[in-house]
Amino acid sequence: MAVTLEDVKRVANLARIEISNDEANTTLDQITGIFSLIEQMELVDTSKIAPMSHAQGVEQRLRKDEVTEIDQHKLFQLQAPKTEAKLYLVPKVIE
Amino acid sequence: MFNSSLNQLSTLLATKRVSSIELTRDFLRNIKSLNKEYNAFITVNEEMSLDQARIADAMIASGEGSPLTGIPIAHKDIFCTKGWLTTCGSKMLSNFISPYDAHVIELFNKAGTVNIGKTNMDEFAMGSSNETSFYGPVKNPWDILSVPGGSSGGSACAVAARMAPAATGTDTGGSIRQPASLCGVSGIKPTYGLVSRYGMIAFASSLDQGGPIAKSAADLALMLNVMVGFDARDSTSLQHENEDYTRELKGPIEGLRIGLPKEYFAEGLSDDVSRAVDAAVAEYSKLGAKIIEVSLPNTKLSIPVYYVLAPAEASSNLSRFDGVRYGHRSEEYNNLDDMYLKSRTQGFGAEVKRRILIGTYVLSHGYYDAYYIKAQKLRRLIAQDFTGVFKQCDVIMGPTSPSVAFSLGERSNDPLQMYLSDAYTAAASLAGLPGMSIPVGFGKKNRPVGLHIIGNYFAEAKILSIAHQFQQVTDWHTKMPDIKKF
Amino acid sequence: MQWEVVVGLEIHTQLLTQSKLFSGASTTFGGAPNSQACAVDIALPGVLPVLNRGVVELAVKFGLSIDARINSPSIFARKNYFYPDLPKGYQISQFELPIVEGGQINIQTGKNNEEDERIINITRAHLEEDAGKSLHEDFHGMTGIDLNRAGTPLLEIVSEPDMRSSAEAVAFAKKIHTLVRWLGISDGNMEEGSFRCDANVSVRRLGDDTLGTRREIKNLNSFRYLQQAIEYEAEFQKYILETGGKIKQATVLFDSEKRETHVMRTKEDSHDYRYFPDPDLLPLIISSDWIEEIRASMVEPPDLCFSRFIDSEIGSNGKETYALSKYDATMLTVDIDIATYFEKVVRIIGRKEAKLCANWVIGEVATRLNQDNKNITASPISPQQLAELILRICDGTVSGKTAKDIFNTMWDGESHTSADEIIKIKGLRQISNSDEITKLVDMVLIENPQQVADFCRGKERAFNSLVGQVMKKTKGKANPAQVNDILKERLKKKN
Repeated sequence: MAVTLEDVKRVANLARIEISNDEANTTLDQITGIFSLIEQMELVDTSKIAPMSHAQGVEQRLRKDEVTEIDQHKLFQLQAPKTEAKLYLVPKVIE
Repeated sequence: MFNSSLNQLSTLLATKRVSSIELTRDFLRNIKSLNKEYNAFITVNEEMSLDQARIADAMIASGEGSPLTGIPIAHKDIFCTKGWLTTCGSKMLSNFISPYDAHVIELFNKAGTVNIGKTNMDEFAMGSSNETSFYGPVKNPWDILSVPGGSSGGSACAVAARMAPAATGTDTGGSIRQPASLCGVSGIKPTYGLVSRYGMIAFASSLDQGGPIAKSAADLALMLNVMVGFDARDSTSLQHENEDYTRELKGPIEGLRIGLPKEYFAEGLSDDVSRAVDAAVAEYSKLGAKIIEVSLPNTKLSIPVYYVLAPAEASSNLSRFDGVRYGHRSEEYNNLDDMYLKSRTQGFGAEVKRRILIGTYVLSHGYYDAYYIKAQKLRRLIAQDFTGVFKQCDVIMGPTSPSVAFSLGERSNDPLQMYLSDAYTAAASLAGLPGMSIPVGFGKKNRPVGLHIIGNYFAEAKILSIAHQFQQVTDWHTKMPDIKKF
Repeated sequence: MQWEVVVGLEIHTQLLTQSKLFSGASTTFGGAPNSQACAVDIALPGVLPVLNRGVVELAVKFGLSIDARINSPSIFARKNYFYPDLPKGYQISQFELPIVEGGQINIQTGKNNEEDERIINITRAHLEEDAGKSLHEDFHGMTGIDLNRAGTPLLEIVSEPDMRSSAEAVAFAKKIHTLVRWLGISDGNMEEGSFRCDANVSVRRLGDDTLGTRREIKNLNSFRYLQQAIEYEAEFQKYILETGGKIKQATVLFDSEKRETHVMRTKEDSHDYRYFPDPDLLPLIISSDWIEEIRASMVEPPDLCFSRFIDSEIGSNGKETYALSKYDATMLTVDIDIATYFEKVVRIIGRKEAKLCANWVIGEVATRLNQDNKNITASPISPQQLAELILRICDGTVSGKTAKDIFNTMWDGESHTSADEIIKIKGLRQISNSDEITKLVDMVLIENPQQVADFCRGKERAFNSLVGQVMKKTKGKANPAQVNDILKERLKKKN
């Protein structure tokens, strides 16, 4: 399963990262190296092994359904690049 | 005073022989004179630190102090700290003043410690050398031509160069243990789930774990007493009964079974590290420990598995950085998508982008089973290796890092080589086990060597005791780099 | 060529909780922008989700009401894509192991005809976060983002492609709408977006086994649009196929003004969502004890309530039955509040008069509620008040017609006094004293010799005129049946 230049560009677009042709080539070289390491995984038979998502076999804790948060939009929006009328502003969204 | 243990500082403060204000000023002075060279701190804020020192002094005066009250602590810049710039080592957050405190910061505030500054780190904790930081590399105080390790390199450097008595760090695949090892200090990554991840900017959620870096095991125990605690805001936080991590420090080594995984001493380990680790093991033997050879057959898979799982989680965790609600937004853009592209491309450094791309790829349609699910299955095998071995021995020891600190720039263009720095540490992270590193000597060019001690789940008190007993009979942990400024 | 339309629905319904799916922010509709978007909702660096217990309970209630399987464990997954109203860059949803799997719903497609009943299978129902809102009014050429809705819990209910017409799809959607409101798990408010439908539509030659290529119509927020969109889409697809074209899988939007659909994106540029289990959340375990606890707290589901209303024998569970017609039962079970109101009334009066009570609730009460655009819970006449009024019909104190006048007086009156008070004040008590009526009848017979003569000659119409005269004298308060009887008797004597 060799990674291709097309893959790099497709994935970069999915991740919203701009990548020039030169960069894509360099990235491809590096990623190919890393995947040569990753491919070692194929050598092990895992057909009878269950995937492990977490180190501890614990279950989801639940929160009581109650409102615990207060309006902090002023504080939060101090960090925002652009706001108006309490809204976050972004370039026009075209549906 | 800069060489004092946390216990000694605590006594000085409690007996009012020194005030927190004085202590804070002294460490701030050190930072001021040394940080230009070492670049261990991204943010220092004298005013805010001194405000906390004043509060601490008041707490002590009114008898409300606890062991660490008034002691300056450096915090890795991955912990959101209210009113402080919190950058995570990234241009993306180079303008982010956190509106809230991480749980870890809340706990230190409650304990009355003083935030002495936010330490430098690999960008979003992705790196093993601290060279990926937007704020430039941290220098290793033992040899400024070498790296301090990463990603908690700023914290390890700050402790090693006596710019802070102790510091917080985080460890995803070795990010506390490896820099501690490379900087000749002690560091521990607790069992996954003991330290809340709330407010700790996520790299790989199922692996990230906060922990302390300090000069000795005894200091680490005091730090853990503050840092560990259940937090309802983190679904993965464990409801574990509170422990006093200092309680077992005096426990004996006699009869302890130490397992040495043969895979940790195989090809890839440099001779100088091997020698220092062997000597440390011999010391344990002298103290009455039984040395057993064990095997963790899937060790070599830990790096491939880690470099599938961590980037996959990271690629998704870092999607929130889109220039809409906080963080970097490109000055110019043509439309919404262009704003995303430009903001993220400008805001993230090369290593972060590389890992986002790897992570996106392994999760993408058609590859998920082959990479992500496969890696999760192997993760179980790796964890099962440990379960087996812990039936034969009480703790596992080995080198923390395959080599001593490498030179700045030596591996920065070779990601594959860089990733192998985590060869011995990633497995414990994948299994969620506690692991620590303590200094046990020096290798090439007088660069420090660390001993890696892995314990079973919740065995923090035990491995701290094992490290402490070693530090009672050796003085590696008291060695200081040659810092000419004082 | 005979075509068959195949429809499957995905219904997003907002769950009625105080706080959000993974945060403690309020879910109240209509707050000032971003005033209900907390640190978790705006995805500040470092924040983490914690699951709301109330949400799980509501989802389990839905699952139990359709006889579905409640999965334990069930898993939360991340659906990754970039959009400004999606702060984390991923939506926490469920992919493998949704909380509810399987189950079914019966729908009636005709009117009161058992043969028109159809079973629609439910594939799954899973929990997910709602997104924020993009406001497109012009902010210097930019779009405003309000994240108040971000993180509001949604239950996405996915049906099998079991519907064969737009009417069936609407019947199904309405049934789900009634159900979620009935169970109290959603307010079902379509204008506020609490209940939205996506329709997967395909057509095939009648008799074909395989499904045609489908197109998905997104975001239909009224039953009328659902119907129109499916009808348009089916006609469009038939036309394409009949003229030799092929259907391309696509996501489309319905333009309600032009009444047509247009393509939003095709399969080629569909997203790669990179679903994977959310590492910030652990497997959700729902114990059987908890399920039983939830079951015990549930109201009677609408289908059981309907059956009980039409049954004539008291069931084994000892619950009341009313032997109503299917029509009446249907009308009374469109909403749990109506059914509850009805039962409160009938409990006071007794099940023998269930039909009369049903008539009043479906008739007068519903009419006035409609006129005033009110929900039955806001009815100015309480079930007790209505019951007292109906009792006065039953015991002959007032006629049905007078009762309706009283009802309207009560409804419009400021103090909504009791029926008895109105009867007393206005003197509406029926005259049922036969002596009194006999006296009046005799008076009328004397005053109208012509009509009496006509009646004796066999003109039946003259009788009605005489009744009218008597009623006029009593200002309508006489019991009409009694007047009839007495008049007949007196006329017989004259003969």
